[in-house]
Amino acid sequence: MNETSTETLSVVVERELSYPPEKIWRALTQPHLIEEWLMKNDFKPVVDHRFNLRADWGAVDCQVMAVEPNKTLSYTWAAYGLDSVVTWTLTPTSTGTHLRMEQSGFRPDQQQAYQGAKGGWPQFFAALEQVLARID
Amino acid sequence: MLFRTLADPTRRALFERLCREGEKTVGALTARAGVSQPAVSKHLGVLKQAGLVRDRHEGRQTHYSAQLGALAPLIDWTSQMAGFWQNRFDHLEDLLKRMDQ
Repeated sequence: MNETSTETLSVVVERELSYPPEKIWRALTQPHLIEEWLMKNDFKPVVDHRFNLRADWGAVDCQVMAVEPNKTLSYTWAAYGLDSVVTWTLTPTSTGTHLRMEQSGFRPDQQQAYQGAKGGWPQFFAALEQVLARID
Repeated sequence: MLFRTLADPTRRALFERLCREGEKTVGALTARAGVSQPAVSKHLGVLKQAGLVRDRHEGRQTHYSAQLGALAPLIDWTSQMAGFWQNRFDHLEDLLKRMDQ
């Protein structure tokens, strides 16, 4: 858990796709297509637009941050107390497109959004870390 | 769900105690919780629903213990999300195959 207490965490998933950026862009930005691979949504490729991604397990609150057609798209992603930003980057290659998704978020004690005793989180994690250290 | 469950300070304190001290009865937990037994039971119910505690009945007593495995996504949300996105990328690729140019 030490890694979690130092800085912002992020997840990167990348893939080479044999399709042009324009086609992938459509899949990333048209609501009926987004629904097919991600979740039900009311997305619009407009900066500041607020939208939800909905699944049977819950909803994700989002807001569009940046739109550069066929190149980059980013939106905030808030769910389960995790405030993060999802950024898609499309880079054309000789065979198609390199698609990169980065989701970066903040450790719990940096968050303003927590209800209850905000200051309690770091102690909670510290206590937990001690407990976990004793368990295999 | 996990964050929401543990956002309540009383609930978090109960869970923390179970982590620290091991299995406890509702009575033992109430003695130091600073809230009534029904309130403690209610909190334990919420923790149980989130998979954070397990209950074990013995005679008339119910014993609760912490389920540390349930914390994995909270401790490292990145590995959870990495799996989620890999899976979504697979779906995206399937969709691209089906889409018209």
